[in-house]
Amino acid sequence: MTPDDLRPHVCREARIERAFRAATFSSALLVLILLAGVVATLIIGAWPALKTFGAGFVLREKWNPVTEVFGGLGPLYGTVVTSLIALLFAVPVSFGIAVFLTEVCPRWLRGPIATAIELLASIPSIVYGIWGLFVLAPILQRDVQPWLIDHWGALPGIGRWFQGPPYGIGLLTAGLVLAIMILPFISSVMREVFRMAPVSLKEAAYGIGATRWNVVWHVVVPWSRAGLVGGIMLGLGRALGETMAVTFVIGNAHRISASLLAPATTISSVIANEFSEAVGELYVSSLFYLGLLLFMLTFAVIAGARLLLRMSSGAGRGA
Amino acid sequence: MRDPGRYLRRRRIADALAFMAAGLATFVGLAVLAAILWTLLARGIGGMSPGVFRQMTPAPGSDGGLLNAIVGSLAMTALGTLIGAPVGLLAGSYLAEYGRGSRLSTVVRFINDVLLSAPSIIIGLFIYTLLVLRMGHFSAIAGAVALSLVAMPVMVGTAEDMLGLVPRSLREGSAALGAHPWRTITRVVYPAARNGLLTGLLLAVARISGETAPLLFTALNNQFWSTDLRQPIANLPVVIFQFAMSPYQDWQRLAWVGAVLITLFVLLLSILARAIAALFGPHANPGE
Repeated sequence: MTPDDLRPHVCREARIERAFRAATFSSALLVLILLAGVVATLIIGAWPALKTFGAGFVLREKWNPVTEVFGGLGPLYGTVVTSLIALLFAVPVSFGIAVFLTEVCPRWLRGPIATAIELLASIPSIVYGIWGLFVLAPILQRDVQPWLIDHWGALPGIGRWFQGPPYGIGLLTAGLVLAIMILPFISSVMREVFRMAPVSLKEAAYGIGATRWNVVWHVVVPWSRAGLVGGIMLGLGRALGETMAVTFVIGNAHRISASLLAPATTISSVIANEFSEAVGELYVSSLFYLGLLLFMLTFAVIAGARLLLRMSSGAGRGA
Repeated sequence: MRDPGRYLRRRRIADALAFMAAGLATFVGLAVLAAILWTLLARGIGGMSPGVFRQMTPAPGSDGGLLNAIVGSLAMTALGTLIGAPVGLLAGSYLAEYGRGSRLSTVVRFINDVLLSAPSIIIGLFIYTLLVLRMGHFSAIAGAVALSLVAMPVMVGTAEDMLGLVPRSLREGSAALGAHPWRTITRVVYPAARNGLLTGLLLAVARISGETAPLLFTALNNQFWSTDLRQPIANLPVVIFQFAMSPYQDWQRLAWVGAVLITLFVLLLSILARAIAALFGPHANPGE
């Protein structure tokens, strides 16, 4: 073969090369376009409500489709409170699991237990919802909430969080379901950052007589602080945006009650419940406004989490 | 100095207590998993009958099954994967190959990581505006596109990680034989990372097959049999949502059956993905 015979072949290869390269490049760009498209859609959709209600939307509790007066304080409150309750339960348990799996558990058992915990993350959120509504809520209503009302309801200060009738569904129930859902994410990130703590540092601590718990608490935890906070924030981001599981057990009340046992609502469950039935430009647009708030909130939290995790050398990519 | 023996004992007790608490936390986590699976099986298997796979979703009070919802879910999951996975693979290829180390790649990777954990209901709003409003009605295709956008970031992330694990020497060998990068990527790098890519694909399918929120205002639901992609289509997650929240016993029973079906399917996929990852790579795999 002479070089001339090869020319068509080389040209063809080069053409495909350009096309393939362009395809991969535009696919990568699509990720950015997707983000831009989502933000633009939310802002355009929310525009009428933004114009009518302005920033005061965030501070108004009223949500009245009949008089077309809308405010996002109720859902915002519910979103934040359920997520905080979730963290309150999920963080200590995840920490315990991570410590157990990295320090205590016999090596042969680590894999199976870690896998089992991570399977919790793959159960679809709708299944958590139906389980929360039919199994967890009745238990809370029958056994836990009456006790809380009797024993904690009279306490000064925090007592008002535990007053009113035991509905079963409400902020506390939603927070508990969320806690179960975010637990595998937080514990797997914590496990990863614990594992990255330098062995020499731990050995040095053992060398001066530290117990295993001393090493965890005074060496491993301070060393992996950024990663721990990143993992917790990643869980928070999940909890803020979780939709179906919460929609089942939150009770859908726009009114804010002091009690954690009362029905409430969250941004995502308002959208899930009301969007397909919303009539009127302002109603639909107010739901978009809520969506925009939710997106900004979760974006900030998750972006912060990712930055922190990147600082502790890229843990949590899978979560 | 104080009695050193007492001090030591106290530290040892603190040590034991802390690790007992850690063990307890692990037990709680496993117990919750067991409780959920047990409830699912107890309530769902009882309602399982051949009719579930043969009949359509019923009106309240009459007998029926989940056939249309199962088929609708499979169709939308398949179509969503078919759209989302190739785009994700190409984007992942850019990040791991052409754009490795570039500023654009850093930004794309970061945004992709954020999208991976972003609320999926927002995707529903996005596709509603983009497709449902344009077409004038809910449709299976809108549902599938919404699912594809949920699957895409999963695929981008795993594809980049897995391609990144393929040794440089393989690429150099291919380049030395005169292959263009596209030929190296498709004929050398992809096959070397095959198992890792398959794991990512399975994880993406697992992720979207239970997704409900993005379907609520895209595919909606359909009480009847439909294979028309331009029409609303029945799907398991939305049927479970609607039936579980209803006051009808028959509907609630079918909701539990649907929940079992979805959970078993998703758990099977996740376990399969893990098994492939553990048995064949990513570390054992790439050709060396």
